[in-house]
Amino acid sequence: MSRSAFTLDGAEVPFDDGQTLIEAARAARRYVPFLCAHPDYPAHGSCRVCTVLVNGRPMAACTTKAAAGQVVESDTPALTADRRALVQMLFVEGNHFCPGCEKSGGCTLQSLGIELGVTSAGFAHESPVRPVDASHPDLLLDFDRCILCELCVRASADVDGKHVFALSGRGLHKHLIVNAESGRLVDTGMSVDDAAASVCPVGVILKKRVGFSTPIGQRPHDVATPRQQVEGKEGA
Amino acid sequence: MLECHPRKTACGVQGSERVRSVSDILDAHWREPTRLVQVLRDVQRSHGNWLSPKALTEVAAGLGLPRAQVEGVAGFYAFLHLKPVGRFRVLVSDDATDVFAGSRALLAHLAERLQVAPGHVRRDGQVSLDVTSCTGLCDQPPAVLVNGLAVPRVEGARVDELVACIEAGTPVDAWPAALLRVDDGVRLRGPVLSSMLAPGEALRRALAQPYDAQVRTLTESRLRGRGGAGFPVVTKWATCREAPGSAVVVCNADEGEPGTFKDRALLAGCADLVVEGMTVAARFTRATAGFIYLRGEYEFLAPHLREVLARRRAAGLLGRDVLGERGFDFDVEVHLGAGAYVCGEETALLESLEGRRGVPRHRPPFPVTRGYLGRPTIVNNVETFADVAVVFGHGVEAWRGLGTGASSGSKLLSVSGDVARPGVYEVPWGVTVREVLALAGGADAQAVQVSGASGELVPPREFDRRIAFEDLACAGAVAVFGPQRDLLDVVTNFARFFAHESCGFCTPCRVGTHVAARSLDKLASGRGSDVELAELATLTRLLRDTSHCGLGATAPNAWRHWLEKFPDDVRRRLRDGFTPGFDVEAALEAGGSRGASR
Repeated sequence: MSRSAFTLDGAEVPFDDGQTLIEAARAARRYVPFLCAHPDYPAHGSCRVCTVLVNGRPMAACTTKAAAGQVVESDTPALTADRRALVQMLFVEGNHFCPGCEKSGGCTLQSLGIELGVTSAGFAHESPVRPVDASHPDLLLDFDRCILCELCVRASADVDGKHVFALSGRGLHKHLIVNAESGRLVDTGMSVDDAAASVCPVGVILKKRVGFSTPIGQRPHDVATPRQQVEGKEGA
Repeated sequence: MLECHPRKTACGVQGSERVRSVSDILDAHWREPTRLVQVLRDVQRSHGNWLSPKALTEVAAGLGLPRAQVEGVAGFYAFLHLKPVGRFRVLVSDDATDVFAGSRALLAHLAERLQVAPGHVRRDGQVSLDVTSCTGLCDQPPAVLVNGLAVPRVEGARVDELVACIEAGTPVDAWPAALLRVDDGVRLRGPVLSSMLAPGEALRRALAQPYDAQVRTLTESRLRGRGGAGFPVVTKWATCREAPGSAVVVCNADEGEPGTFKDRALLAGCADLVVEGMTVAARFTRATAGFIYLRGEYEFLAPHLREVLARRRAAGLLGRDVLGERGFDFDVEVHLGAGAYVCGEETALLESLEGRRGVPRHRPPFPVTRGYLGRPTIVNNVETFADVAVVFGHGVEAWRGLGTGASSGSKLLSVSGDVARPGVYEVPWGVTVREVLALAGGADAQAVQVSGASGELVPPREFDRRIAFEDLACAGAVAVFGPQRDLLDVVTNFARFFAHESCGFCTPCRVGTHVAARSLDKLASGRGSDVELAELATLTRLLRDTSHCGLGATAPNAWRHWLEKFPDDVRRRLRDGFTPGFDVEAALEAGGSRGASR
């Protein structure tokens, strides 16, 4: 049976019914920059980094269903500039100290920043005050780095069946909370083995006592960046 | 089976502080998780005006929801409080019109009289003071909300009266009626506001028509939705009818666009028409359940609406077998919002109606096929439903005789700001801005904001443009700014409004509206340069192209029309080249003088 296809930057990408643009592209080993999307979870569509032009209209590739004959543009200077601005916004609304962060080398935000040529903050830093939650014996929450992608919310609810995380507040005051009257992770049912403990694309949910254990050069994104992982190529 | 249980509805207790246990409140809402926002409103009301950690735990347990989810919902809405507020919570309306009418001075004055700083609670816990987004009383400014109830025209002796009531500890529902009275503000009546249709009259005429004839009536009326987008009513309704599942009719009474208050006038004076239109919609779509989603700021209208619904139920116009037609079961329930402009977006409204954070959904699917609880749902504006009743009650010809080709019938405008006669004007579509100014007495306007913060700022050279879908689309707000106003104050106020009301879901809106407001602040401080203009241009494009919903996509309208159409005004704000926002000299001087005085 012949499959339907759309074009992505001129190349034909086949898709199955119901697939989103980013799913079909990934299956065809074609990279569209992403951040809040995760192959194991339904699309979220909040970071907007995967915005592409579909027949000339800007759409999020993670929430847009593929349709036959669509002309999709992703690798254009204007879209790259938009993505750079979005990533800069995510950097300035939190507190990201990449050089000292134990997630460095395995952080999707950092890798995206490098790939998009983010060499400055671009906007004024918000420098929010977000205290760390170190109450749990095996896990640490550093809210400074949260990009509000809700992957932990989704993993805890859908995979772990625990609902440990949720978002509260709105606008720039939106923030991650945990499921306890005390507001502390230790008083939730969270375990280090939960899917939610390993799903954070940045450095909010950290396992204690294993930080910096992987030498520089062997960290996940040293081995293969998100782009290389999708394209099936190993790094240098 | 009827799904609404209005006779059991126990919410909507006004201002009274009688304590009900969380458990009683949950029972009154049948421990139904979709009623979470209503439950939280009621719990807050009877538990000292705020939601304690313990109360949230109890609510979560009672509804079988994760506690974090309940806290997340409570944290979303501006009128739900996770930290203690005063027994009297005073919120001063902060939209541009109220500000120009003296709301900032009022805030300072109240702070002094009540001995409490804005954003704080007085030490004895009696009163807290803050600002809030537009309260829908721009024709009667400056306005405040006290424990959710509106107090218009807070000036002169009325300030003394308000302060006295608070200091005496009088519950708000026992305050003098004159203090809480909101005028309907109607200045000019057209076919809707002057309709003398008796309750049930339009509905009877609609019921007398077979479905095909109803379709023809709506098609020929060329009626388009009044909420802003102007979608043809017949298309929406017919799509909903054809979708599988039991349909739902929702009246969007969450008019939060700064400067809009025409739905307030309709709900106060023509509620029967609105519910009648909803009932016609129910007949058309075979819906059994209806909701009026009433913005929290209009809580003062809730008792009146519930009375109207009860009267219509008693008259056989709602409930089982409406008008004696077997199987035509339809009832309507009032749901209150809790301070979130974004809930005016129909999918965010549905999320809120289902008891969640008001975050807009991904579309498709659209509500007409999958809306409230996954059921086909039509969401229409208050005015749209009233128009439907008028179309069926008075006939298509009279309706089509008004307006323009693409915009038929009448339109209610909320005119506020620097005019002699602010209020609600029902005009035929196609009226020019100049004509509206003449009606309301605003001949010397330097600019008019049409359709609120997300609308368009119109300069005098464009005053002959028509208010119509094909030219200046308008959901209802017409804010007039006289020559004495600084338009940058207006623009900055709007940008801050969007930053405050962004749901925070997507990056560009969450961060971008805030960055824009700060850029505009810098321009207003006299330290702006081309750098700020470039930043605003970037944000305009980024928000328009990458936002998740219409709020983010239209937020740049707040500033881009000013930048485009008032270049002289913009230019005189600029310094050459890069100018730091931080004034080192001034800071050093201030530090030096502080040091010297020590």
